[in-house]
Amino acid sequence: MIRHLIAATSAAACLALGAMAETYAVIGEKVWTGTDAGTIDDGIVIIRDGRIVTVGGPDTPVPEEATVVNAEWVTPGLISAFSRTGIVEVDAEDSTNDTSAALSPFSVSLNAADGFNPDDTAIDVTRIAGVTRIVVAPSPATNLFAGQGFVADTTGSQETALRERAFLYMSMGEGGAGLAGGSRPAAWAQLRAALDDARAYPGRYAGGGEGDVLTRRDAQALASAARGQQLILVSVRSATDLNALMDLAESDRALKFAVVGGDEAWRVADRLAALRIPVILDAFSNLPGSFDQLAATQENASRLVAAGVSIAIVNLGNDSHLARLMTQIAGNAVANGLDWDEAMKSLTVTPAKIFGLSGYGTLAVGARGDVVAWDGDPLENTSNTDAVFIDGVPQDLTSRQTELRDRYRTLDESQRPLAYVHP
Amino acid sequence: MVGITTGSLGAGLMKRNFWMAAALGAFALAACGGPKEVVKAFSAEEPFPSNPYPSTYAPYPNAPVLITNATILDGEGARIENGSLLIQGGKVTALGLEIAAPEGAVVIDAAGRWVTPGIIDNHSHLGAYPSPSVTAHQDGNEISAPVTAEVWVEHGIWPQDPGFSRARAGGITALQILPGSANLFGGRGVTLKNVPARTVQGMKFPDAPYTLKMACGENPKRVYGYGRGSYPGGAPYSRMGNMAGYREAWIRAADYRRKWDKYNIEGGDMPTRDLELDTLAGVLSGEILVHMHCYRADEMAQIMDMSREFGYKVTAFHHAVESYKIADKLADYGACSSMWADWWGFKMEAYDGIPENIPLVANAGACAIVHSDSDVGIQRLNQEAAKAWADGKRIGIDIPIEQAWEWLSLNPAKSLGIDDVTGSLKPGKNADVVIWSGDPFSIYTKADQVFIDGALMYDRAHPETNAVTDFELGQPGEGDVK
Repeated sequence: MIRHLIAATSAAACLALGAMAETYAVIGEKVWTGTDAGTIDDGIVIIRDGRIVTVGGPDTPVPEEATVVNAEWVTPGLISAFSRTGIVEVDAEDSTNDTSAALSPFSVSLNAADGFNPDDTAIDVTRIAGVTRIVVAPSPATNLFAGQGFVADTTGSQETALRERAFLYMSMGEGGAGLAGGSRPAAWAQLRAALDDARAYPGRYAGGGEGDVLTRRDAQALASAARGQQLILVSVRSATDLNALMDLAESDRALKFAVVGGDEAWRVADRLAALRIPVILDAFSNLPGSFDQLAATQENASRLVAAGVSIAIVNLGNDSHLARLMTQIAGNAVANGLDWDEAMKSLTVTPAKIFGLSGYGTLAVGARGDVVAWDGDPLENTSNTDAVFIDGVPQDLTSRQTELRDRYRTLDESQRPLAYVHP
Repeated sequence: MVGITTGSLGAGLMKRNFWMAAALGAFALAACGGPKEVVKAFSAEEPFPSNPYPSTYAPYPNAPVLITNATILDGEGARIENGSLLIQGGKVTALGLEIAAPEGAVVIDAAGRWVTPGIIDNHSHLGAYPSPSVTAHQDGNEISAPVTAEVWVEHGIWPQDPGFSRARAGGITALQILPGSANLFGGRGVTLKNVPARTVQGMKFPDAPYTLKMACGENPKRVYGYGRGSYPGGAPYSRMGNMAGYREAWIRAADYRRKWDKYNIEGGDMPTRDLELDTLAGVLSGEILVHMHCYRADEMAQIMDMSREFGYKVTAFHHAVESYKIADKLADYGACSSMWADWWGFKMEAYDGIPENIPLVANAGACAIVHSDSDVGIQRLNQEAAKAWADGKRIGIDIPIEQAWEWLSLNPAKSLGIDDVTGSLKPGKNADVVIWSGDPFSIYTKADQVFIDGALMYDRAHPETNAVTDFELGQPGEGDVK
């Protein structure tokens, strides 16, 4: 029943994408709101003109003109708090891979949004799994600084809404040491000098002057982060490296940090909480894969939350094509002690907060119409989406993968080759 | 007639008992201290040992265990509600509704919990690419040449890899370690019991046949051709070169095999032994099982033809992300596909990966296996199976969970030639058993207890009793819940 409705509505949506002024009622046996309203049994979410206008229980009136979608679960659209989705088509093919630039003279000023390709097939794959917004970061290649990251919707449209330069992404710890020349002292020397360059911009660069480590363009690009006006995402794993980062955060309270990775963050959880530094983590991490993650445990997420640290759960193992597995990873965090509601927040509310995405990540009156209807508990291995709305528009639930699947569903070539099957 | 038979080339299972006895019997007084082992000189009758690195594994002591009130998947398609499973002497001895506890048996009430055969991962690099992944630990690929059938991965396995412990906590009771996929012929794989041991020999699955790792496609041509041209040879540079490289090696192996056959029948000068060709000839004689990394459907079809050309069989294609395109041909040929649930897109030959690959292969009557190729994935292969199972269900392929479990235990056991002793809960088989906290296809379920040959090797409720590797001792997080 649900699928019929969506098939009809998504066809309409394709015709008039971005210009929908429709009303939808998404009805769920369980509606997880991400707000104080908690989970509503037999809840109803009304979306009109791109926004959520009503969230309530079974008695909520459904407007006559509304297209109705019934589902087992309804949640806000998920937000991947760290990915490379949309900037690489095939990782191993450099010509399709815009994540990093080892031969570029620039670093901080590299703007990942310049590499965003809404036709990237991974976007469809991500969207149909219920992820409606993606935070996308470049990868570092020449020094500590990967460059400027962005936030995008997952419509795959040429009109994709991008929030460019939403954050600066950089690497410290073992990774940073390698990037900066071979040691942690080299990484710290580079970071301190870069911050000085940026704070001295433009003065130091006037009249042909040079920075210690940054070119003029990169110093300019770092200026807002160095002055606390832009979020800095720092990849760092060990307790020791986290403490070093927190020393910097304490010495310059203006700087705004979020940690990416943080495999040993549970060991310094109280300090992270006190400094209000959120951690974007992959809750699968439980192996001493390197000497800066010896104490990795799948209980990292639950221990951090218990200490009052804000967390977002992401897939750091495959952040381009399988960012969608954030639900599986969050489910495993629940199996390792994390409260289910907290796990859901780590995929919605908290990413929105970290990146200042007001109006996203919750089902609340006035929020953006990013809504997902599921056929089961969204964190379960066996659940799938039945409908995905972005800005109130029902989305196409096909991808290149579903077309391949449908072509090869039966291997009957008795009449014509399978190439003639157009799903 | 002297010398070895063709049949004992390579894996040489026939000769195992003889050589073990020879090693044990050959003691004499050594220069220092008490009796030491003296290395035996080999005779013309047995020119070299056929199993020089034998398993020293023996099941650990275990009391009889009776598991009751469980939902039991027997691993061969049956599901028993409120069932009981009896383990005695390291073997499954009974499976059914009402089983009386023998004297001295430990009775485990598994009400609300599930019992399955242990999961067998037939594609792992644990130990060969261990944690920590430092430069000194990269022992999984002998990249020095495109044909390195002479190397044996067991010689590169570090038994202290913490990954083995993590995998055990995920219900893995046996696993195949393969060399990497840089080479056309990567070398011999080995099947291990997932028990902690001081030596690799202490983990080796007794009497498991050897395997040979081969690789199709992008990896060999990238490593030896245009990517890393500094390595000797410069070939293969293309998929054409890949095929020529395999065929050239099979021709040499066939020739080598003929020389030994002739020698065995007619005597004369013994042929010079060649480690590389020992292994390839072992494949041609059917003793060594071929496990081949191959993504694309069209390439798998080429490889199946090549195996017909040289008279051997591919036991399993690994990764096999396009198996769904030729599932009918794979079923006819009789090769397993060892697959991920959803990996795709990281390279061109993985571009057409789809989440329904596993159920589509199974639905076509071909042998489907869930594999990991990952120290993360191996910890939750049950979840990987669950995702694939659900994605199949969504397109109308409704396979009962008790049948789908064959992807995790019985089929990988078959692909490793150990299904006569493990892979299901048939009475008489090794008691490789997992008690799950609930439905193992649910994300919230964890392995509560893992038995290997009837011995309790992992117990979630008692973390203090679980194994901690040497590497983790004295380090942050030692003994923590992982």
